[in-house]
Amino acid sequence: MRHLLDPCLPTGTFEGAWERQQKTLPSLTCQMRQEWKIIVVGGGLAGSSVAATLAEQGFQVRLITFHDSPRRAHSVAAQGGINAAKSMKRDDREGINQLFKDTVRGGDFRAREASCLRLAEISSSIIDQCVAQGVPFAREYDGTLATRRFGGALISRTFYARGQTGQQLLYGAYQALMRQVANKTVELLPRRDVLELVKVQGLIRGVVSRNLLNGKLEVYRAHAVLLATGGYSNVYFLSTNSIKSNASAIWRAHRQGAFFANPSFTQIHPTCIPAGDVYQSKLTLMSESLRNDGRIWLPRQLGDERNPSQIPESQRDYFLERLYPRYGNLVPRDVASRRIKAFCDAGLGVGNEGRSVYLDLRDAIRMKGIEEIKAKYGNLTEMYQRIVGEDPLSMPMRIYPAPHYSMGGLWVDYNLMSTLPGLFVLGEANCTVHGANRLGANALLQCLTDGYCIAPSSINAWLAAKTFSASQLEIDEACNDAVLCARRRIDDLIKVQGKTPVDVFHRKLGEIMIDKCGISRNQSGLEEGLRQIKALQYEFHQDVRISPEVSCPNPELEKGLRVADFFELAQLMLTDALSREESCGAHFREEYQTIEGEAMRDDERFSHIAAWEYVSNSKSIKHLEKLSFKDCKPNKRSYK
Amino acid sequence: MIERISLNLHIWRQESPSSQGTFEKYSMSDVSTKLSLLEALDKLNDDLIINGCRPINFDHDCREGICGSCGFLVNGQPHGPKDGTTICQLYLRQFRDNTTLKLEPWRAKAFPIVQDLVVDRSSFDRVIGSGGFCSNYYEKAPEANEIKVSQERSFSAFETATCIGCGACVASCRNASASLFVAAKLAHLGQLPQGQYLRLTRVKQMKEQMILEGFGSCSNNLDCEAACPKEISANWISWMNREKY
Repeated sequence: MRHLLDPCLPTGTFEGAWERQQKTLPSLTCQMRQEWKIIVVGGGLAGSSVAATLAEQGFQVRLITFHDSPRRAHSVAAQGGINAAKSMKRDDREGINQLFKDTVRGGDFRAREASCLRLAEISSSIIDQCVAQGVPFAREYDGTLATRRFGGALISRTFYARGQTGQQLLYGAYQALMRQVANKTVELLPRRDVLELVKVQGLIRGVVSRNLLNGKLEVYRAHAVLLATGGYSNVYFLSTNSIKSNASAIWRAHRQGAFFANPSFTQIHPTCIPAGDVYQSKLTLMSESLRNDGRIWLPRQLGDERNPSQIPESQRDYFLERLYPRYGNLVPRDVASRRIKAFCDAGLGVGNEGRSVYLDLRDAIRMKGIEEIKAKYGNLTEMYQRIVGEDPLSMPMRIYPAPHYSMGGLWVDYNLMSTLPGLFVLGEANCTVHGANRLGANALLQCLTDGYCIAPSSINAWLAAKTFSASQLEIDEACNDAVLCARRRIDDLIKVQGKTPVDVFHRKLGEIMIDKCGISRNQSGLEEGLRQIKALQYEFHQDVRISPEVSCPNPELEKGLRVADFFELAQLMLTDALSREESCGAHFREEYQTIEGEAMRDDERFSHIAAWEYVSNSKSIKHLEKLSFKDCKPNKRSYK
Repeated sequence: MIERISLNLHIWRQESPSSQGTFEKYSMSDVSTKLSLLEALDKLNDDLIINGCRPINFDHDCREGICGSCGFLVNGQPHGPKDGTTICQLYLRQFRDNTTLKLEPWRAKAFPIVQDLVVDRSSFDRVIGSGGFCSNYYEKAPEANEIKVSQERSFSAFETATCIGCGACVASCRNASASLFVAAKLAHLGQLPQGQYLRLTRVKQMKEQMILEGFGSCSNNLDCEAACPKEISANWISWMNREKY
């Protein structure tokens, strides 16, 4: 059964629609705002910025994070930069249009047009805000902000702070947040995992969290709950995400009725340090900028085990340059990832189990000199040397694609509200502007537009229009039910006392997911994956071993609860990938490709966002949000 | 290079903040030198879990040296023997076969032990909350390009802004002083035009909060600079001391 979803788009032209909508917002007095309690889950860029902003406006805010401090959130690891349509002249319509169109095209026409346009329109003011907070962006000689080109964009509009832009932006938001915490307008609740949401009369009215220090289940009530809990790439176990990044809060919300949109859309980043030993715990990203000077190649000969520097030019295959003479090594992420995988699948790969390709700086060093290369990539080559133990300046690096970002997430309308009234979703956790593939340097921008701008205004509008009629008794009952539900899940996991640690299951789950639902997918593989994951999930609940202590720190229990949710999410990802019978963006279905191996998008049948409704003990129901494009007409991606 | 080594680990085990801690001995053999020290602990933990023992608790998250979660002493050195490196980026190829490593948590009054190698660093958050921010509020930000900052100044501010709040500076200092942490934040904001408005109150409030939290005064030994995984210079402490309020 399929239903159409209403994204609550603004009326009239999309251009300037957001600003028009702001003028019609009801105004709440400070006194009114103090009456409203708001819970923010997650302390990354989106969470910290929205909590600080709402507190500045006078709301009572609580921020829950599993970290010891919001400054640890995974936003801190973003390297590249933040896009913005900002030029020296005000109201730069041309720049806005370019960023808007690149976002829509980058997402391969699977994102909502109005949201993408709004992202571009707000972008400039976000940079203003960050600079005012003291973010030390790179500067030009004249003292104005410097920009660079990023992710195959034709114009230079990415603002950056060396290779640590995410860190600097996060600290800006974190500092603004800590100021509010010190003012007692935000209550910071660190080291807590949100395990359930409290639903009363169809509205989300609070959360149940587990205190990670003493194991207590705590209830926090609110008039609105905001999830800013990040992405779910850790379903693959080995990814560039932080080890503890998880999908539990959004998955729990999904089980309560929030639709999950495009779960199969995950981005695989082509240039990461590959997996080695079985106990390797993560894949480290090597910035994409390396592809500007590094050349990707493989030996032409199968099983060539010579030291790469001894392989002569004639026996090297610079396959990206050969296949895509126009773009060469700079083809988009998904294309590069797919080609690298295909060559490794064909047995041509190098390194551990033949699962990597060479990224070679040799020719750039010859041409530009070692000093210039060191100046540009010094921190990256050092990082590679630290991890792998080899010097990229004297021998080629080995790289392989790794899961990096999830475009999918909870479905939200134009105002960031999920299908559960009172539950708002921000940042990577939602599914709004990135479509089937995220444009480089748009992730940080989306977090901050959601956090500083869109969510605060939506919350004001929502609370001003809402009357809460639930009685205290009803809320108490709903809270008790939610606590019981969380307690039952914990007890069920603890009482298994099998023979296998959580990580072993997580690693196996990841292997299935990357194989069946990674860089490329096909029907029989996806179906096989579903069977394998069901079997593994069953085994997990029969044989997992978690230390039984519940009233003290128990990291194994935290992991166990997260992995249990990943098992369910993984199945939804496979289901979604199966039902999307086209290749678009990062979602490549092998059945839908041209003779040259390029993606075949099917706008007739799949120009929509697929939003899944959870049904207990039955198959999920797919709902559609039809997409139409007025200002940016669909074209075909081609990098030939 | 040796591909696999054996390790003897003496690890601080402490159930709770109030309980007595002690060093426990563990040995691991045939571990790949391609693993990081934290990955070796993951492996050790899996063995402990299977044998029904409580796994070793340590803080970690990004495992690429940027989040600042991880950190403990390796043979008395914060983040271990490698310069400019957090513990999560410390690989076993650094060590010889059969090495003995003593792992213990940061030791400081302002960082109470939570469990095993985990400490509570919320004092750092409170120090930031006391003044480590700029004056603006959202919706009041001026056009960014109207605030000009020279490349040198921006770069210098950036260098201090890279502090990841891991606490190694405190752990390395015999007085458990947070001077480098505080100086880095003061210098980050104090060098930029955006940070001028609150500059002097910021210095006063952050220094006061630092004392309130139980951090000691600077020992002038520069151990903090040697321990800092982001290699922030201790000269910034002198810079801080010249800030009059």
